[in-house]
Amino acid sequence: MYQEVILDHYKHPHGRGLRDGDAEVHHVNPTCGDEITLRVLYDGHTIRDVSYEGQGCSISQASASVLNELLVGKELDRARTIQETFLELMQSRGKIEPDDAMEDVLEDAVAFAGVSKYPARVKCALLSWMAWKDATAQALGEDSVKEKTV
Amino acid sequence: MSDAKLPGLLDAEAIRKDFPILDRVVHDGKKLVYLDNAATSQKPRQVLDAMSDYNERHNANVHRGVHVLAEEATALYEGARDKVAGFINAPSRDEVVFTKNASESLNLVANMLGWAEEPYRVEHDTEIVITEMEHHSNIVPWQLLSQRTGAKLKWFGLTDDGRLDLSAIDEVITEKTKVVSFTLVSNIMGTINPVDAIVRRAQEVGALVVVDASQAAPHMPLDVQALQADFVAFTGHKMCGPTGIGVLWGRQELLDDLPPFLGGGEMIETVTMHASTYAPAPHKFEAGTPPIAQAVGLGAAVDYLSAIGMDKIEAHEHALTEYAVRKLQEIPDLRFIGPTTAEDRGAAISFTLGDIHPHDVGQVLDEQGIAVRVGHHCARPVCLRYGIPATTRASFYLYSTPAEVDALAEGVEHVRNFFG
Repeated sequence: MYQEVILDHYKHPHGRGLRDGDAEVHHVNPTCGDEITLRVLYDGHTIRDVSYEGQGCSISQASASVLNELLVGKELDRARTIQETFLELMQSRGKIEPDDAMEDVLEDAVAFAGVSKYPARVKCALLSWMAWKDATAQALGEDSVKEKTV
Repeated sequence: MSDAKLPGLLDAEAIRKDFPILDRVVHDGKKLVYLDNAATSQKPRQVLDAMSDYNERHNANVHRGVHVLAEEATALYEGARDKVAGFINAPSRDEVVFTKNASESLNLVANMLGWAEEPYRVEHDTEIVITEMEHHSNIVPWQLLSQRTGAKLKWFGLTDDGRLDLSAIDEVITEKTKVVSFTLVSNIMGTINPVDAIVRRAQEVGALVVVDASQAAPHMPLDVQALQADFVAFTGHKMCGPTGIGVLWGRQELLDDLPPFLGGGEMIETVTMHASTYAPAPHKFEAGTPPIAQAVGLGAAVDYLSAIGMDKIEAHEHALTEYAVRKLQEIPDLRFIGPTTAEDRGAAISFTLGDIHPHDVGQVLDEQGIAVRVGHHCARPVCLRYGIPATTRASFYLYSTPAEVDALAEGVEHVRNFFG
């Protein structure tokens, strides 16, 4: 579960700290008290920045760092594909062995495959991703999305 | 263990033979070290056998029917009530109400008081007093009652070392206070609270006293008469019994005077289409088919614990707690949330470990076969009070051993190195 990649992101997070954004959300994981405040900044449909501040376990913190690394600079459509692929992997209960195609999409995020075997931790891994989805919806003037992830 | 035998220990190895689950290995051959007893305890074979015997030979609905099985089931169910009454030194068996769990017991009291006539009625311009160290089950029912009635909710805060701050007790409990509800032993910090001081002040102003004994009933002798409370709530599954059965003890005159909460079969005397009259307590508060097999299991658990002796169990846990506090204190970056000594504390020990999140602590301990609880332990206000998101909690029981304390201390050291 604790892959080197995850521990690296945990100890040296990418893009941590709050910066300018078009929308801000605050999401919590009530089962363990993980919290994240996340802002998105768009330039048209290009993601200029995802900034965040929060507290939580290594999985939730590393996941936010990976999210920042993967999504900043991407077009919204591509980012949505990445988010949906990550969600699919995390909800697989350890049954998906990521193939090359999935690795191409998820890059460092494939390291979280092992986390999907631990239902109690899936929410930790998804916290920042659901926050990003919600913030993006708000930035684009859509309804806030808060959905059950497990 | 480097120390000589700790004073007051039970023969845990002999006791463990009664608990088949403690022989389990997890994660490819790691011996299970079960230190999550404050969440739920394990059940001895005697309890499992009593429940399967009930289901295999005596199962029927209670208090109905005249056939053999119905009479046996009723006798077993009511026999469990007798056992529980004896276990807590209740003056009368009719003061023992079976519920689903301690949460239901506490909700039942809150609802009785909301619907009661004077002088018990909680309403606008009256006050409810709880404490900052309550389990959510002893906070939320009172918040609901407060919101529905307009009564003011007040609470005792906490000192830095995890004790109740009673310095302003006369201002917190006042002439307006209708009910004071507090935990005997904190589920998150292990603190044992000073019952006498609170009861004395509550009695001065004529307030009812509700004691949440969920973390006390399993671990120490519980005497409801000595407590001088009006209601005492606890649950079966933390004291070697099954889930799905809890207890509310209440003083007879209160149970007679207070209105029922749930209506249904079993709790009535007569019913017409216009109105009903109610059965006397405890049945007035037990609407519907009760958890019969679970009550039988709780009765067997009470027999099991009583045969060992609650005073001996208390001494065993105290010795282990003292040892654990000493061992854990040696670990750098480990901070206790709660009392830092074994005095006036139960066998639940919460701590933080530097910046390492408790979920990570719990996960890496689990990989070593050590089961602890992580999170806010349904006592989030305690975490807020001490400025932390969560804690790691180890909690012992009568079958816990010094070797398991050693395993915990070594496990925590391993966690430090892993994330260090």
